[in-house]
Amino acid sequence: MIKVIKYVIADILRNKIVLAYTAFLLAISLGVFNMEDNPSKGLLSLLNIVLIIVPLVSIIFSTIYMYNSAEFIELLVSQPLKRKNIWISLFAGLAVSMSLAFFVGAGIPILIYAPTATGLSMLGMGLILSLIFVAIALLASAMTRDKAKGIGVAVLLWLYFSLLFDGLVLFILFQFEDYPLEKAMVVLSAFNPIDLSRILILLKMDISALMGYTGAVFKNFFGTQTGFILALGVLLLWVVVPVWLSLRKFNRKDL
Amino acid sequence: MIIASNVSKRFGKMVALNNVSVTCSKGECIALIGPNGSGKTTFIKSILGMVVPDSGFITFNGKNILHDWLYRESIGYMPQTGRYPENMTIGQVLEMMKDIRKKGKVIEPDDELVKAFSLDQLLHKRMRTLSGGTRQKVSASLSFLFKPEVLILDEPTAGLDPLASEVLKDKITREKQRGKLVLITSHILSELDDLVTQVIYMQEGSPVFHKTLENLRRDTGEEKLSKAVAAFMRKKNE
Repeated sequence: MIKVIKYVIADILRNKIVLAYTAFLLAISLGVFNMEDNPSKGLLSLLNIVLIIVPLVSIIFSTIYMYNSAEFIELLVSQPLKRKNIWISLFAGLAVSMSLAFFVGAGIPILIYAPTATGLSMLGMGLILSLIFVAIALLASAMTRDKAKGIGVAVLLWLYFSLLFDGLVLFILFQFEDYPLEKAMVVLSAFNPIDLSRILILLKMDISALMGYTGAVFKNFFGTQTGFILALGVLLLWVVVPVWLSLRKFNRKDL
Repeated sequence: MIIASNVSKRFGKMVALNNVSVTCSKGECIALIGPNGSGKTTFIKSILGMVVPDSGFITFNGKNILHDWLYRESIGYMPQTGRYPENMTIGQVLEMMKDIRKKGKVIEPDDELVKAFSLDQLLHKRMRTLSGGTRQKVSASLSFLFKPEVLILDEPTAGLDPLASEVLKDKITREKQRGKLVLITSHILSELDDLVTQVIYMQEGSPVFHKTLENLRRDTGEEKLSKAVAAFMRKKNE
């Protein structure tokens, strides 16, 4: 299994897209921190980039990579290797490479310019988001055989998590504004890993007052140790469940 | 050695395998022949576990292959169209396969074919730059590299030049004499004449007959495999 991971990582790190992604993140984060005198302002600018770019690149790159390695997977399946190990190795290889790219591109500047609790939580969230969207990409590529369809599904999923979901939440809020929805919002946020990580980072920034009464409810819930651990657990579920579902699919797939 | 019982597989509405029951034993060289789309490749892929049958089961040395994967250690598979990671070189592919197959016991790899096809002079070439024939040579070399007990060759000589095709046929004959089980599919029946000992003829996903070559020759009175098969089918249709 470790051997397969080694080959996957070697293959991905040779890929120019991952290098470009790292360089892009590095340029943006260095730029942001050098433009602002106050590193926490820099973090706030970086936040939106992290929450949009990291999921987008992770999901699109991983989906395309999975389709392009169809031959490699076929070759491995005819060898004395367990299908489960092949799939987990592919996930591990992609996850390590994408998190490494994020760590080098955004993590190191954060550690240099803003090694605060906010900075660290942003670093952690970026890493978890990379894992989550690699996992979702694996699911998308296991579900559809057709490459164009699979990439389309991946783009739609990203669009859903970063834009459509917020629209839906707003719609619900306006439709049911006569009811107390603050607690429901906490539950609803668990259905979108991007929102959940945004909330967790914003709470660390002490600007949750800007979010009004819902912000106070969030602070009450996620501010406590139990709430934070629960939120982390939900984020980890966002990694485990897609990987598990895609593994089940792959185990029965005809190659 | 390999026993398939009532194996069926559908792809959507198309029936690829229909109740296939076949027994393959050691020391035989079995030709799997039949028209295009008769399920030969699907059958081979289900032996390798690349296609999961809808019903029925396949055993390898008495063990069901469904949740097993170690049995593939004793199979050398040469696919119809070898597909390899495009930006790896031939040398890297060979090294990677050796690395993946290496488990505790070290077996001296059998690189006879690598030398016979003079692939050792092309080791630095990337897979994407190779011609179809060279790819086939890589596939053939890989399938023999780990001295497997069973060789499964899907259209082995398609795309090979006559010289390489002779090299491969010699190698198959030698491995057969060492008591290995060889499964070959091919459209070119004339080249199977001096290789095979048994013939399985498949049509529309199920085997029409499974006979030794001698029996087939005796039943039809024809010496050539192609003529014998044609004669058998004619007799059957009457």
